Amino acid sequence: MSGVASPSAPAGLMGQFLASPKAMISAAVALLLILSAGFAPLIAPHDPFALGTFNLMDSELPPVWAEGGDPRFLLGTDTQGRDVLSAILYGMRVSLIVGFAAVALSAGIGTLLGLLAGFRGGWLDAVLMRFADVILSFPTILIALLVSGIARGVLPDARQGDYAIYVLILAIAINEWTQYARTVRGQTMVEASLDYVKAARISGLANGRILGRHILPNVLSPVIVIATINLGLAVLAEATLSFLGVGMPVTQPSLGTLIRIGNENLFSGVWWVVVFPAATLVMLVLSVNLFGDWLRDALNPRLG
Amino acid sequence: MRSIPALDNRLRIRGLEVLYGGAAAVDGIDIDAVPGEIVAIVGESGAGKSSVGAALLDLVDPPGEWRASEMTLDGVPIDYKRTHVRGRDISVIFQDPQTALNPLFTVESQLVHMVRHHLGLSQAEAKRRAVEMLDEVGIADPETRVRAYPHQFSGGMRQRVVIALALACRPRLVIADEPTSALDVSVRAQILELIRSICRDRGMACLLITHDMGAVAAISDRAVVMRHGKAVETAPTGQLLAAPTAPYSRTLIAAVPPVDRKIDRFALPDTGAVVSDPSLERWLRANETDAAAVPLAVTGLGKTFGARGFLKRGTPVHALKDVSFEIGRGEIFGLVGESGSGKSTLAQIAAGLLKPDQGEVRLLGKPFSAATPDRALRRYRDGMQMVFQDPFSSLNRRMSVLDTIMEPMHGVPRAEALRLVPALLERVGLPPDVMTRKPHAFSGGQRQRIAIARALAGRPSLLICDEPTSALDVSIQAQILNLLKDLRDDLGLSMLFITHDLPVVRQMCDRVGVLHRGSLVELGATEAVFESPRADYTRALLSYLPHLPELQPAS
Amino acid sequence: MLPFLIRRLGQAFLVVLTVGLLSFLMFRFVGDPVVSMSREDATVAEREALRESLGLNDPVPVQFATFIGRAVQGDFGISYRNQRPVSDLIAERLPATLELVFAATVLALAIGIPLGVVTALRPRGALSNIVQGVSLVGVSTPTFVTGIMLILLFAVTLRWLPSFGRGETVDLGWWSTGFLSASGWRAIFLPALTLALFQMTLIMRLVRAEMIEILQSDYIRFARARGLPDRSIHYRLALKNALMPVLTITGMQIGGLIAFAIVTESVFQWPGMGLLFIQAVQFVDVPVMAAYLMFVGLVFVALNAAVDVTYALVDPRLRVRG
Repeated sequence: MSGVASPSAPAGLMGQFLASPKAMISAAVALLLILSAGFAPLIAPHDPFALGTFNLMDSELPPVWAEGGDPRFLLGTDTQGRDVLSAILYGMRVSLIVGFAAVALSAGIGTLLGLLAGFRGGWLDAVLMRFADVILSFPTILIALLVSGIARGVLPDARQGDYAIYVLILAIAINEWTQYARTVRGQTMVEASLDYVKAARISGLANGRILGRHILPNVLSPVIVIATINLGLAVLAEATLSFLGVGMPVTQPSLGTLIRIGNENLFSGVWWVVVFPAATLVMLVLSVNLFGDWLRDALNPRLG
Repeated sequence: MRSIPALDNRLRIRGLEVLYGGAAAVDGIDIDAVPGEIVAIVGESGAGKSSVGAALLDLVDPPGEWRASEMTLDGVPIDYKRTHVRGRDISVIFQDPQTALNPLFTVESQLVHMVRHHLGLSQAEAKRRAVEMLDEVGIADPETRVRAYPHQFSGGMRQRVVIALALACRPRLVIADEPTSALDVSVRAQILELIRSICRDRGMACLLITHDMGAVAAISDRAVVMRHGKAVETAPTGQLLAAPTAPYSRTLIAAVPPVDRKIDRFALPDTGAVVSDPSLERWLRANETDAAAVPLAVTGLGKTFGARGFLKRGTPVHALKDVSFEIGRGEIFGLVGESGSGKSTLAQIAAGLLKPDQGEVRLLGKPFSAATPDRALRRYRDGMQMVFQDPFSSLNRRMSVLDTIMEPMHGVPRAEALRLVPALLERVGLPPDVMTRKPHAFSGGQRQRIAIARALAGRPSLLICDEPTSALDVSIQAQILNLLKDLRDDLGLSMLFITHDLPVVRQMCDRVGVLHRGSLVELGATEAVFESPRADYTRALLSYLPHLPELQPAS
Repeated sequence: MLPFLIRRLGQAFLVVLTVGLLSFLMFRFVGDPVVSMSREDATVAEREALRESLGLNDPVPVQFATFIGRAVQGDFGISYRNQRPVSDLIAERLPATLELVFAATVLALAIGIPLGVVTALRPRGALSNIVQGVSLVGVSTPTFVTGIMLILLFAVTLRWLPSFGRGETVDLGWWSTGFLSASGWRAIFLPALTLALFQMTLIMRLVRAEMIEILQSDYIRFARARGLPDRSIHYRLALKNALMPVLTITGMQIGGLIAFAIVTESVFQWPGMGLLFIQAVQFVDVPVMAAYLMFVGLVFVALNAAVDVTYALVDPRLRVRG
């Protein structure tokens, strides 16, 4: 009797990764950006928050290769004389913190609710899924704006800046948990209907053990894929809200805030203030998306 | 059997090869067919028989490719670059009528499109032809039905529509690719008969690609037995079934359960003696419960689905109606029925996975009814294990064989389990060193053996087998059935054996119940039921089954 | 068909009610309406009088009923910021947004569907590779960045097209349109393209995925095996099946476009409802936020219902029971 090897053995994931230039390049770019954001205080040439060090003489300097560029400011300066490169590094840091936190929050809540809804069924399932339906039938941006608007009305004015980051994380996570919940619920229902779960039940395993030992490991790969793809989406959502002026304040700018500030000066020809943050944002999201795309094909889970 | 003069050949193929990458799915096959003849291409999964059909239609999916040293239709080489070869000269009947028809177009529009394209008929002529075709394949009231959409036909009728589409341009050769595998036994016989009669009446040659020896016996004139891409034997059907010459054909035919007689064990080539460890036997028997308790008693069981809830208007489906039977100690009780007969519902209820609406089940004396609380179910299931139909879904793909088999062993110390699991694997005919591997490393038959080992690890008195072999090839089925019988004989297991396959029932079961639309229409000793069925339904079911000639001993 | 319609109507009603409740809760409990609506120097007595006249002393369920009753008559209260009836503000901004969404939808369908079909039929062709690459960059680029880049190119550098506003509009009495003037057409081009890009990618990917899947389906294989020509298999048979989900997604996405228009309108200073809403969020102008939410909710429900009914009419499996 000869064994039959399955084409998508989990052990082969690393091998598939090393065989795919798309996966390796996108992972490398994403990792580079994430690390440089993480170590921004160490590698940024200037401190974009030390207002005292700014010199108006240095304001609106173009990038170093353009005419009038200054070697101290690689990507030029903004209207206040702030180094654009440093601002981008710190801004990306804020964007990524919001992105990762939103993904962690939504993945945790969504997976848990999805497992419960899929396994228990009944009223719990009905209520959760109708709720998710309502959220899903409204565009992300609208719900995020509403959360942000409500927060503005409820929180004291003076503390808004401090709370902005938490409001953003919540505004994004409140949209995204539904996707995990739906997918995990669907996958849980599929798994729970499979005969091995019946066999486990016949063998006397309690529900909790069946969920933890049998179902959870089998529903995790779509969660990982969605989390990767959603990191890109969360960074985009953050940038959009900040661009619209309801996200991160100017005192603590994210990439979106930087683009907003730059956009206000677009017609004075100071293009580098907007183009470089925008390019960084696109590069970050693109590399994460490409990697997520590859991961989805490699793990090939059913996504709901 | 008629002789086949070479000049009369409708189809003549020499040296057909189908290659995927470097591997040959079909490795040099010769096929001939005369007008009106049905030639069966028979083999198990992976034999390459479907690739033969794909090549004949020039539909081998890239990167696969095919070639043949000679391929003629009525003496003329087949040129697939000509537009009307496919559809007008050579046509095909697909396997699954549920998916073979475009859901968005009426039957008429699909038929008209087809004949207008190939035969250049006018719209009015094409419409007339569409109605004729439906009439010819036996669809009542064709003038009205022609304007229906595919979903408005039942499975068997839909397959007739598929046949009408395939034959609308009166092809000279038709390839029937597993044309009845997706159908119930009663419909299967009718569809085969339809193909038979159309081929005879029209003088159309037919290649019947199938794994079903029953279909081969029922309608084919000659058969080509395929294995690993090669034809191991080509012979007139009657001769092949009674006295196969190639060893593989012999094994294959010996593995087919006959409906008209009972054989003790399937005659299979020696697959290695089953090793039985005495200490394992002792452990398995140590769980003996109250010897007097009836393994399974079912009384007045009823179950209804659907028709509950707000605004959910649907007719309630009575999956089971007042079903009663008992299984004695060491007995294999067969429950047989077509799809939708309620047999799987009954298996779920007996296993405590689904609550009945009426009546009661007693498993080793423990009652289970609508009133039984959920927390009592774990105790109820004690002493019972189950083997499922699909060996791909019955094992957790992320768990090793060892963990899988250990799962039902409650309170067994790990050290002892590590001694018992290899012994169990050997008991079901697997090498003990596969313990650490995961399910993807095994074939369907091997997985089913693992599932049986897991069931044994629960030390059951009653084993529920829900279609345990219907997903398997026939030679693997024979091995698994032999194994189950051995286990019953050695361990005194009682079994509830659920299947749609009457010949399997005859070979396996001591007593049998026939389910029809949720009711038990027949109950009795297997031999009595097969020799003189009392219910009309049983008689009808048995009449659909082709009889295979008795296999003559190898010369 | 009838039970299906009843169930859909029930669901729609539930969604509208939920959205209404949300709007109400926001209106009532986010900030204090009395503080927002009275002058800074109002006395306690004046505020109490206002509270009474707004009905804020009634039991909450009664307030909810009143709120819904007024909303049904198109009365959403007075904007805190502009001191004008919210319904007037919305009526004034509605044409701009709807014209933008309409133009974007036409653009997205007209480009997205053909591209999807072509890339599905020749998945390894040069065009497919280019389109796939561009669409990957497309989904990774936020709308506002696309808009800014288009402005930078066409308005700032080339000076071909205006970067903000609607251009000259013609007032038809009940509707003010930009489609009747050359400057209106010039003004709508960049915002419509910006808004359409994301939908275009979405539709293209959807058509492509559906086509590829359908081309591998049994019934297409059967059609091919019966010798039907590729042309009619692709465009007559498969495309019809592939367009079914496009219908759904497009219908639903029109609602999404209205909301996504918030960003586009913000970039191009397009005087539509989105701009109104984003200003309302910035200034916590709750009546406007609540009204906008109700409006989008209604549009969604209406579109969903329209899609369902169309689907039921187009798909024989739903139209006739077998």
